[in-house]
Amino acid sequence: MRIVVLVKPVPDTASGGERLRPADWRLDRAATPAVVNANDEYALEAGLKLTEAHGGEVTLVTMAGSAAPETLRKALAMGASSGTLITDDALGGSDTVSTARVLADELRGLEFDLLLAGADTSDGGAGVVPAGVATLLGLPYVSYAAKIEPDPAAGRVRVHRISPTGYDVLEAPMPALVVATQALGEPRYPSLKGIMAARSKTIQTRTLADVAGGATDGLGGAAASNEVVAAEAPPPRAATRVIREPADEAARQVVAFLAERRII
Amino acid sequence: MAPEAPGAIWVHGETTGDGSLARISTEVATLARSLGGASGREVVGIVVAADPGNAADELARYLPRVLTVAEPATADHAAAAIVGQRIAALVERERPGYLFAGAGPEGRDVAGVVSALTGWGVLVNATAVRWEDGPVVEMSVFGGKLNTTSRFTGDHGIVTVRPNVVTAAAAASGGTVEPTSVEGDLGLPLVPIVERVAAETAAAPIEEARVIVSGGRGVGGPEGFRVVQELAEALGGAVGATRAAVDAGWIPYAQQIGQTGKIVKPSLYLALGISGAIQHKVGMQTAETIVAVNRDPDAPIAEFADLVVIGDLFEVAPAILAALRERAG
Repeated sequence: MRIVVLVKPVPDTASGGERLRPADWRLDRAATPAVVNANDEYALEAGLKLTEAHGGEVTLVTMAGSAAPETLRKALAMGASSGTLITDDALGGSDTVSTARVLADELRGLEFDLLLAGADTSDGGAGVVPAGVATLLGLPYVSYAAKIEPDPAAGRVRVHRISPTGYDVLEAPMPALVVATQALGEPRYPSLKGIMAARSKTIQTRTLADVAGGATDGLGGAAASNEVVAAEAPPPRAATRVIREPADEAARQVVAFLAERRII
Repeated sequence: MAPEAPGAIWVHGETTGDGSLARISTEVATLARSLGGASGREVVGIVVAADPGNAADELARYLPRVLTVAEPATADHAAAAIVGQRIAALVERERPGYLFAGAGPEGRDVAGVVSALTGWGVLVNATAVRWEDGPVVEMSVFGGKLNTTSRFTGDHGIVTVRPNVVTAAAAASGGTVEPTSVEGDLGLPLVPIVERVAAETAAAPIEEARVIVSGGRGVGGPEGFRVVQELAEALGGAVGATRAAVDAGWIPYAQQIGQTGKIVKPSLYLALGISGAIQHKVGMQTAETIVAVNRDPDAPIAEFADLVVIGDLFEVAPAILAALRERAG
């Protein structure tokens, strides 16, 4: 099977270093350590398991800043065979419409059976790009996947999609775009062998012009449909009240506190 | 020539499995109605479903006008692509200004499809919206470390709204429901639903819950979730969990709160045996009131909870349960 996984480098949540440039309130990506978006790692893990079971290979496509190869190496170390990085100064500050269009333009030139993406990102958290890509490419779209079972011979994929009451089993013709969740299983840690191998794997760099040809109108940061006009840290929470009492007394105080706040 | 009236504010009326209106849509409609008041624009609900009648009637309690499109295929196919295509076609025909939807999995998918088809931008996960020549949208980014305020650069856009941002309130008088139809085939491939599987114990959904009682590693196992469940029931709330509890198989992924689970904003978040690691904190830190029970006084949650009980949850949680029952008489 040929599987393409969309991945995005995001600021490391644990680093606490995310900051916006005051001039335009865009993320200062250079100032922040990046990791592969956690939900994208579930997509990658699912893709790797599927190629282990059915044969084939997993390749990566990302649109990101020029420093992204470092972050992509970890995904390659997990087992992806190669990656494509779409990077261009003109793409900085792209909105979700433009991002979906650029990714779709790149994907039109690739052959694959499954296109996998993570549910949403930990930075902007939009989660609307995969549906946009599927729409632009005319692909069957299944989101919120807890299980992915392709039948390559029949050219179909069964997906368990989490529903409010359990899950729905959907059956899509391939190629299809499936959005991964954590329910697919824990991503593997790269092995030492994987890390060594990743050093020599290819990351192909593409510019906006490479991807979109002459049709770059409406793409990139200059065409963004929205702008941030203000940003501030959330107001600090009030000081914590600490109770160190025997259970019954502690419980009495908790219930009194909830009543005081009119929660009960 | 008379100036053209500014485009209406549309509300996507999301339907649930049984054809009723999703609760998030009543909140989105309430918010949109207030923006309609502030902008002087018409506010219109849109329901695309196999049998849109019930959801549309419910939405018309909140909005003056609701358009419906009967689309049988949504009954047994992945719905978002179908609904999104029909809304995009209606947008083309009726020329509204903005579309508002819920920020859950359905609303997000519909927003993605409509955005791709119309070229309209999307502002996601709104935590507050006001009107200044267009919607001005506040959202929380980078795991809650920053609140941003954004607006559209043009005259159109899609806004998705988080649950519990406003309290749903019906309008003083009900609105009209107008069935309409959309010409043309569906261009995107249909994805059939071949089976619907109900969970063994259907849990209350956490996204919209006003009270969430949540368990972490300290709960110790599936047995330990019993007291979490009992407390949730006593408080009329839903059960949540950390990734550690989900990874251990103690509770389904649908109940997970945090970076790779759900983002919630309840009135009360009661955290039992949860240390409060950053990946969990990002999912619940905007709760109005946070109460934690933890043995470790140095757990990170003790830094951002409103109230922390230092103690054994297996002693404290049953005592809270008893105190609640006593109070209820």
